[in-house]
Amino acid sequence: MALPTYEEVVAKWDPVLGLEVHVELNTHSKMFCSCATEFGAAPNTQTCPVCLALPGALPVVNEKAIESTILIGLALNCKIAPYSRFARKNYFYPDMPKNFQISQYDEPICFDGYVDVEIDTEEGPKKFRIEVERVHMEEDTGKSLHVGGATGRIHGADYSLLDYNRAGIPLVEIVTKIVPGTGKYAPEVAKAYVAELRDILRGLKVSDVKMEQGSLRCDANVSLKPIGSDVLGTRSETKNVNSLRSVERAIRGEMIRHAELLNEGKKVKQETRHFQEDTGLTRSGRSKEQAEDYRYFPDPDLLPVTPAAAWIEELRATLPERPSLRRKRIKEEWNVPDKEMQAMINADVLDIVEATVLLGADPTKARTWWLGEISRIANDQNIAVTELAITPTDVAELVALVAAGELTDKLARQVVEGVIAGEGKPAEVVAKRGIKVVNDDGALMAAIEKVCAEQAETAEKVRGGHLPAAGALIGAVMKETKGQADAARVRELLLGHLGQA
Amino acid sequence: MIRQSATQMAAALADGSTTSVELTKAHLAQIAAVDGQVKAFLHVDADGAFAQASAVDAKRKSGEKLSPLAGIPLALKDVLAQRGVPTTAGSKILQGWCPPYDSTVVSKLKNAGLVILGKTNMDEFAMGSSTENSGYGPTFNPWDLTRTPGGSSGGSAAAVSAFQAPLAVGSDTGGSIRQPAALTGIVGVRPTYGAVSRFGLIAYSSSLDQAGPFGRTVLDTALLHEVMAGHDPKDATSINAPVPAVVAAAKSGDVKGMKIGVIKQLQGAGYQKGVQARFDESLQVLASLGAEIVEVDCPNFEYALAAYYLIAPSECSSNLARFDAMRYGLRTGDSGGASAEAVMSATRDAGFGREVKRRIILGTYALSSGYYDAYYGSAQKIRTLIIQDYAKAFTQADVLVSPTAPTTAYKIGEKVDDPMAMYLGDVATIPVNLAGICGMSLPAGLAQEDNLPVGFQIMAPAMQDQRLYQAGAALEAALLTKWGAPILSQAPVLAGGK
Repeated sequence: MALPTYEEVVAKWDPVLGLEVHVELNTHSKMFCSCATEFGAAPNTQTCPVCLALPGALPVVNEKAIESTILIGLALNCKIAPYSRFARKNYFYPDMPKNFQISQYDEPICFDGYVDVEIDTEEGPKKFRIEVERVHMEEDTGKSLHVGGATGRIHGADYSLLDYNRAGIPLVEIVTKIVPGTGKYAPEVAKAYVAELRDILRGLKVSDVKMEQGSLRCDANVSLKPIGSDVLGTRSETKNVNSLRSVERAIRGEMIRHAELLNEGKKVKQETRHFQEDTGLTRSGRSKEQAEDYRYFPDPDLLPVTPAAAWIEELRATLPERPSLRRKRIKEEWNVPDKEMQAMINADVLDIVEATVLLGADPTKARTWWLGEISRIANDQNIAVTELAITPTDVAELVALVAAGELTDKLARQVVEGVIAGEGKPAEVVAKRGIKVVNDDGALMAAIEKVCAEQAETAEKVRGGHLPAAGALIGAVMKETKGQADAARVRELLLGHLGQA
Repeated sequence: MIRQSATQMAAALADGSTTSVELTKAHLAQIAAVDGQVKAFLHVDADGAFAQASAVDAKRKSGEKLSPLAGIPLALKDVLAQRGVPTTAGSKILQGWCPPYDSTVVSKLKNAGLVILGKTNMDEFAMGSSTENSGYGPTFNPWDLTRTPGGSSGGSAAAVSAFQAPLAVGSDTGGSIRQPAALTGIVGVRPTYGAVSRFGLIAYSSSLDQAGPFGRTVLDTALLHEVMAGHDPKDATSINAPVPAVVAAAKSGDVKGMKIGVIKQLQGAGYQKGVQARFDESLQVLASLGAEIVEVDCPNFEYALAAYYLIAPSECSSNLARFDAMRYGLRTGDSGGASAEAVMSATRDAGFGREVKRRIILGTYALSSGYYDAYYGSAQKIRTLIIQDYAKAFTQADVLVSPTAPTTAYKIGEKVDDPMAMYLGDVATIPVNLAGICGMSLPAGLAQEDNLPVGFQIMAPAMQDQRLYQAGAALEAALLTKWGAPILSQAPVLAGGK
């Protein structure tokens, strides 16, 4: 039997989602010790007796991690528990030094929240509310590198290398309630939810939220039930979903795989599956039919977490604007067309454009610089716009210089290059490079007369009322003045000279 | 010299009549002479001890202000991490492991100028009451080398009673300081939970473990207590409050007007006749000093042992999971294509002793899904009830008292195959650990029938550790007057020793 098409799947089956997102916090130190957390350090250089689980070592909670988690909970509309505890999740694995993970079990710090997402559909924008069951803290494990063998997995490997740098990095797990009623939009809703979470977390500045580095990881649970049925189907849990696009692909793929099994009267196995970036398919992992017994119990080495109500309110007051609302506000305030808005979001320049506008720059001009010339240079260098040596202050200054007529757009581009090349602030680049607008009408008139003499035929056309021909003359004058002239002034003077003013 | 109290040694150091190097030499000589019989030490660190002793002597010579115990030798239970010195917790699974860091207790000892002579024997991971569960063989009681010194801190207690060290550090999870102190005729204190940092104390049962001091006198013990205690940001359960004034209390030693509560459930049937007799005698002494003796009822104590043997194994089943051959310690079965799982399994099989395995299995079972509420959950409820029993009793009395252990020292091998009999020896000490309060054992004389030491236990509310010393010092002084000489003078002199 051929694989059912996606349309066939959703015509018959109703998907139910459940999403678990792990977020690595960007605290300077680990969850339970003072080791550094920087990504990419040489293996096992960011370790200590605590995160290596040497005999006698004890964990101490990172207060900053608690603060970050509460902020996340508040931003996701959760209740904050006045009393919650850490528990030990016991299981043996070589990259987990204590052979238990400190996590939160039946007493999470945040619970009962929601996130609203909006997706575009053929019937227009559609809203979905994703309910959040819990947000809790835990520690990350180390990393195993299995060497030899065909699959890169532990089975069949010749040996394994262990890097404990990641062991103990603070992780926050955000678990949704089951998400019913998304129908054929399930993959897009899931993607929109993860995207919204990412934006919220970025706005809170609590995580790098880089899916490709694993600082934001999504496990997607999917099950299918016949449309109209109240009985939940068996779910699979897909791990290793490392991009927004993969979230969508993984869920779509799992829906098709489940439907194929169910259509054939087979059963879906409750198991963990691994997403394969190359094929977009999932591969069977650990069976979860027999629930593992983690023997959770409250960690006796740690005190309960009891945030004061006043502190929670203080944190609530610092919450930034919700990303979706902010986007809506910005779009309206700046009067940005849909396509441009999307371009700014995709290019991830919204923050930096807003910062530039707050420094007094015109929103359209600010957007054009960041999205245009500056993004182009960033793309050429294959780095993020924010990594370039140009700041919102520089761009605001540039916009002001152009508005004051001291620079033309063309000249301003040279200034941008100079700033990015480290030649200084815009005014310094202007001074150093000797860039200035030619606004000496005498000099301009000389150039205009010269050009009109050289291109007498074209000049005659303009004189005869054919204004579009003026463009070629203006271009020539600009060239003559090495781009330092104000094109608008040139046009004005030229048309006057040819009797068309 | 080695038969003096630490206080006397400190005075001799202060007036220049001896040096720390001399004291260290004398104690190392005693260890060399008698430890073949006692087997209190797993590792003797002569080089480290002389280095510290010389450094302290030099500081003293230069006129630097030193802490009261600077230059005094000490024996350290092998459960505490000491940088660069083998630390095994009495287990084969840690054979040869040298910690790259100092436990907070060791840092404090070093900063106070104490001279660590070596690491003492113990029941493996502190699981046991006789030191017979050590992976390296038992320790023998200096009073009678055919008997156990108690445990799990049996090595530390034996070292102090055999004059191998004037002071020692132990740890007490269910009585592991107080019971061996009782069985060897010395003083041992389990401080309030959280009073002494657990950072670097190899965990057995995290919610019950607490390091504490041993000495031959109440004052010596108080001096060491003061060095060890204090808040530590590296231990989340460490209490952030000033250390109770234990030394001042040990010096005052007054029980006039103090209400002393005798726990009804911890006496009578099940207690050896000579133990009960010495306990009653001590009560009379306290009464004669002006204390008011009252009886208190702690009805839930009968469940304490059961609760302990669920909580401690549960926590240990998790705490000991880290011993997996991956990063340190023993590794066996790592040949050819053995998987990580197979190596972990083979190593744990070879490295852990029978009692440790028994408790890991018990705890794993008690925590497993479907049994958690019935076992671990119920045990925690009992714990709450015991805390309430104590709270009520402490409204009627300033301190509570009982015999420390139901019997005097028993023969090596006598109870080793009968875990229940062994566990029952901790019936009077375990409630203190479950409630997180403090307790002391001090010598109450010898039992008439076997001439072996009997321990008198004093208990006080959390962070009221000074009451132990206040009552203990008063009883100690009165008994000394009665006996005419310290009880250890009645212990046999070991062959070759002093």
